[in-house]
Amino acid sequence: MGRIQLENVTKSFGETQVIPPLNLTIEDGEFAVFVGPSGCGKSTLLRLIAGLEDTTSGNISIDGEDMTQVSPSKRGLAMVFQTYALYPHMTVRKNIAFPMRMAGLSDAEQEKRIMAAAESLNLVDYLDRKPAQLSGGQRQRVAIGRAIVRDPKAFLFDEPLSNLDAALRVGMRIEITEMHARMGTTMIYVTHDQVEAMTMADKIVVLQAGVIEQVGSPLDLYRNPRNLFVAGFIGSPKMNLIEGSEATKHNATTIGIRPEHIDVVPDSGTWSGKVGVAEHLGSDTFFHVHETGLTETLTVRAVGDVALKHGDTIHLSPRLEELHRFDAQGMRLS
Amino acid sequence: MAIVAQSSKTGRVSRATLAWIIALLFFFPIFWMVLTSFKTDADAVKPEFLIWFTPTLENYVNMTENYDYWRFATNSVITSVFATLFALAVGIPCAYAMAFNPSRSTKDVLMWMLSTKMLPAAAVLYPMTFLTKSLGLFDTHFIIIVVLMLINLPIVVWMLFTYFKEIPKEIIEAGQMDGVSTWGEIREILIPLAWGGIASTALLCFIFCWNEAYWTVRLTTTDAATLSKLIEGNRAPEGLFFGRLSAVSAAAVGPIVVLGWFCQKQLVQGLTFGAVK
Repeated sequence: MGRIQLENVTKSFGETQVIPPLNLTIEDGEFAVFVGPSGCGKSTLLRLIAGLEDTTSGNISIDGEDMTQVSPSKRGLAMVFQTYALYPHMTVRKNIAFPMRMAGLSDAEQEKRIMAAAESLNLVDYLDRKPAQLSGGQRQRVAIGRAIVRDPKAFLFDEPLSNLDAALRVGMRIEITEMHARMGTTMIYVTHDQVEAMTMADKIVVLQAGVIEQVGSPLDLYRNPRNLFVAGFIGSPKMNLIEGSEATKHNATTIGIRPEHIDVVPDSGTWSGKVGVAEHLGSDTFFHVHETGLTETLTVRAVGDVALKHGDTIHLSPRLEELHRFDAQGMRLS
Repeated sequence: MAIVAQSSKTGRVSRATLAWIIALLFFFPIFWMVLTSFKTDADAVKPEFLIWFTPTLENYVNMTENYDYWRFATNSVITSVFATLFALAVGIPCAYAMAFNPSRSTKDVLMWMLSTKMLPAAAVLYPMTFLTKSLGLFDTHFIIIVVLMLINLPIVVWMLFTYFKEIPKEIIEAGQMDGVSTWGEIREILIPLAWGGIASTALLCFIFCWNEAYWTVRLTTTDAATLSKLIEGNRAPEGLFFGRLSAVSAAAVGPIVVLGWFCQKQLVQGLTFGAVK
């Protein structure tokens, strides 16, 4: 079990309020991702749940039990830190055993769980090494192993992959997602990388300046962003946001159209312009198009290899059913 | 290129020469003290620069037989060891709290602690002597241990604080998440990680305790008197017994010089306050 509920939680550091009153529920077994630009309060929120920071006001409950004043060690949560935070003076085995030793588990039970974790995380050959003798990816595995053996109510991940290189990051991303599917334990994952958020989450919580901008499934956020911030933050490459007369035509202050929802047409589309940069990825081609008569540069995604290059004229046609409209306050118009 | 190499070599040689000169300058008084301790009192006061003489152990024999050297040395060991242990017992939790759970006034508290070192000891001489005597603690090991511990506590806390600050906060937080108690954190994580820092702090504290003279001389007579008191007592009220005084002094500083020699590396790290990793 691991249902986590935050009611009117606030956090201030001195005079500065970093989290204004916030309500959020994470259901048992859910994979929730907190995403937002750096400084948006997502790590603070995670630390509040962990108990590493005290709430200024409000309540945090886990499985219906009020945990607001309970120390981190008694909340039954496990955390994986960005910097791994392994105990450098202990071997991998001792690192993984540490929380079990603190909980007073028998040696046999400890050994059983260590071996199970080590096998599932490919750490069997490294059990007698110290953290300094491991690579970044292995260290992160040890940190995850140390969290798994506790059999926690929920896992908290604080940007666990941001210290790894790109290839390793993708691999670990898949491992963590699989781990969640296998164990079914609640996980809360903090990241600034919206690709991680989209690929891993059951539920994404988009934060800006401590305020929840939107909560929803990845595709929900992708299809129905509640406001301009979410529209611009979710999706890669970013949604094209167009203001001015083109928006007025659609009775909006701003219109948004995702790069994949603009078709490259042979001649005379809605917009025509010059290709500034063409990025040929093989499976896709990204065009950055200028001189369309719009103030903004348009990003367009075409499927497959489209043989246009810098300086060529390109004709574009947005799919009107995929158009997003926003009012002067940046809120979505239905 | 060649000119640069040449000048840097000259620079190296002159720097090394300068270092040697300064080192010898500092070493000379100790050398001379040890040398004098092997002279007779008559030789010791001769005006000429006497390097060749007939060495004698008379002073050392005299010191151990007539002046109870071993009792003073035992007192020095007891008071320094216990004062250091107690200073660490108080200083480690204190520095831990300030390093990992700082409050708004942590910096002020640290400054205040350091400011007590700026107080001239003489200013509290009368109240201290009065208090110790009226409490019946004069010339006891207890009062010497307490005083040595208290006067070194600010330095101990500062040094430990600096070392603890270098430990990533996440490791301590990981411990909290892993269900360890506060004492467990100190025992299982903090002390093993900061072992080098704690050792050099202890060493420095021990040296300061050993060398302390102001209070040990004034708050003892015989029972708890340390080596500082022994030197003080031989400060020639009966004449110029330089030979004997040198022997006593050499025997007092000897143990600490040897200890310092063995722990050079730790000490240098301790004194640079973690600046050199």
